[in-house]
Amino acid sequence: MGALDARPIGASWGGSRSAAEVRLEGLRRVYGSTTALDGLDITIHAGELVALLGPSGCGKTTALRLVAGLEDADGGRVVIDGRDVTHLPTSRRDSGMVFQAYSLFPHMTARENVAFGLRMRKVGVAERRQRAGEMLELVGLSTQADRYAHQLSGGQQQRVALARALAIRPSVLLLDEPLSALDARVRSQLRDEIRRVQREVGITTLFVTHDQEEALAIADRVGVMRAGRLEQLGPPTSIYSQPATPFVAEFVGLTNRLAGVVTGGAVDVRGIRLPLIATDTPDGPAVALVRPEAVSLAPALDGFNGPLSGTVIAVSFLGAVSRLTIDLGDTTVLVQVPTAEAAAHPGGSRVRIALRLDPVLITREGAQGRG
Amino acid sequence: MNRRRHRRLAAFKAVVYVVLGLFFLLPIAAMVEFATRGVGISSPRTLTAFTSIGSDPELVDAITASLELAVITSLGMLALLLPTMIWIRLRVPQMVRPVELVCLTPLTIPAIVLVVGFAPIYNWIEINVSDSILMLALAYLVLVLPYCYRALDAGLSAVDIRTLSEAARSLGASWATVMWRIIVPNMSSAVSNACLLCVAVVLGEFTVANLLNFENLQVAISILGTGNASVSIALAVVSLVFVFFFLLLLSFLGRALSRRRGGAARA
Repeated sequence: MGALDARPIGASWGGSRSAAEVRLEGLRRVYGSTTALDGLDITIHAGELVALLGPSGCGKTTALRLVAGLEDADGGRVVIDGRDVTHLPTSRRDSGMVFQAYSLFPHMTARENVAFGLRMRKVGVAERRQRAGEMLELVGLSTQADRYAHQLSGGQQQRVALARALAIRPSVLLLDEPLSALDARVRSQLRDEIRRVQREVGITTLFVTHDQEEALAIADRVGVMRAGRLEQLGPPTSIYSQPATPFVAEFVGLTNRLAGVVTGGAVDVRGIRLPLIATDTPDGPAVALVRPEAVSLAPALDGFNGPLSGTVIAVSFLGAVSRLTIDLGDTTVLVQVPTAEAAAHPGGSRVRIALRLDPVLITREGAQGRG
Repeated sequence: MNRRRHRRLAAFKAVVYVVLGLFFLLPIAAMVEFATRGVGISSPRTLTAFTSIGSDPELVDAITASLELAVITSLGMLALLLPTMIWIRLRVPQMVRPVELVCLTPLTIPAIVLVVGFAPIYNWIEINVSDSILMLALAYLVLVLPYCYRALDAGLSAVDIRTLSEAARSLGASWATVMWRIIVPNMSSAVSNACLLCVAVVLGEFTVANLLNFENLQVAISILGTGNASVSIALAVVSLVFVFFFLLLLSFLGRALSRRRGGAARA
C-alpha cells in the first residue's frame, strides 16, 4: 500500500495521513423558520467511522455539509485535527466527499477524475498519474481507468468517487448516502468495500444514511438523530439492544408496542413482568417496546385462551429467519423465529407467545387506554 | 394491421417531406431562376449577377461587417450569459426567475420599438465612442439574449451542476475552476447551440441596422435591390446557402466536440 504511507502533518501538499480527530461543537443551522440542526455535539475519534442515522429531515445531511463547508453554520464550531475550520471555504477544508448523486465529472475519464484533486493541488503530472492509478487499484478499478462515467455502472462510479475523495489524502472522509442510488446487491457489496478501504486507509469518516441496516453494519459508532438533535450515540450493539429513547428503539429495528403497567421498577405486560432498562421509572400505565426476536412461540394448549394466545395471521420468509404476525385479539405482535421453527406454525394456527425477560424500554405515548 | 399502419405512417412522412421541401426550396429555386435571367426576353442564362457580388466593395464591406458582428456578438453573449447563469444557479437560485424574465423580454418587444430606445444611446456612442458598424454588437447582444438564454438553460439543466460543483469544490477547486473546467466542458453542445442561434440572428438582422443607419449584410441586400434586382436576389441566395452551411458546420463541430469529450451530453 504505497499510496497510504504515513505522511507528517502539513506535508508539502494535502492533509495529514495520520488520522485526524473531528469535533462538531454545538453546531446550529437554521433555514428560515425551521431549525435543521439544534446544537449538535459529536467527537469522531481519529480513524473512526461514525454513521449518522435518522429519518429524512433530521439534520444528518446538514451536519455533514457543515463539516464539508458546503453550508455555513449559524452557530457552533467544526474542529478538524485541532484546527477550527468553521469559517474556511470548502476548497480549503481538506475533506474528501462522496455524494448520493453520481458526481463524476462526465468529461473526464476515471483516472482524470481521481487525479483532479491533485491537479488542484499543483501535483506534477507523473505523480498525479501514479497516485490516481494507486487509488483506482485500492477500489479495484485499475482496468477501468480510461473509461468515462457513462461507461461505468453505478457501483463503479461510486467507487471511483471514493478513490477521487481519498486521492487528496483528506483528513476526513465524508460519505453522504453514497449507496442509496444503487440496487440492493451492489449496495451491500460496496458497503463492505467502503469499510475495507476505510480501515485500510485508517481515515476518520462520517457516514450519513437513513438505512439502519447500513449504519449498524458499517459503523464503529452510530449516532441516531431526530429533529436536529442527537438522540443517542454509541456502538451498533448498544444502539440496538439498549436504545436510550423510545424513538431510537422504534427507528432502529422492528419493535412491538405492548401495553402494560409499570410498578416498582418493572412493567407488567399481559401477565408477564419484564424488567426495565431505566429502573427508576415512576409507576403508571405505559407501552413496553419489545423486539420481535424477544418473543418466542409455542403451540397453543387446548382450551387455553389467556392474554398470551393468538392466531398466526401472516408469515414472511426472510431466509434463515421468518417473521410471523400474531393476532392477540386486542393487538398484533411481530415474532421473529428461525425458519425451521416457523414451519410448525402456518397461517391460521393457534399459538401461545412467550416474552424473553430482557430489560425493555417503555414509552408513555399512547399508553392512556390502560390502567 | 400493423403493416398497414406502418405503410400509412411512411406515406404521411413522405407527404410531409415533400410539402416542407417544396415550401423551402421553391422560393429559392425561383430566386435562382430570377437571378440567372439575362437581359431581354430571349437572352441566354447568365451568372453575372453572382459574379458581380464579389466585385462590389461596399457589399464586401457589409458582408465582412456582418461576419465580424456575428463573432463579436457570440463571444460577448457567452462572456455575459455563461458566468451569470452558472453563478445564479449555484449561489443565488432565487434570482433564476427574475434573470430569465429579463433575458426573455427582448422577445416580446418588437425590433422597431427597441430601436426607439437604442437610437439616443447610439447617438451618444457615435459621438463619444465610435461610429463603427461593430458598435451594433451591443444592440445585437440584447436581441440574441432570449434565444441564447434558452439554449444555455437547456444545457445547464441537463447537468447536475450543484453536485458537480460541490464535488469539485471539496477537491479544492476555486469557483473559476468549477465554472471553466467542470461545468462549461459538460455543456459544450449547449454552448455551440447558443452560438449557432446567435450567428443566425445576427446574419439575418435587418430592422435595427437599417433604422440605426448601419449597412450590414441584409441592409446591403435591400439597398442593392432598389438598384439592381438580380444582384440583390443572387446575394440573398448566396447568403442563404452560406448561412445554411455555416450553421451545419457549427452544429457538426459542436457534436464532434461533445463526442470527443466522452459523450457528456448522452451520459
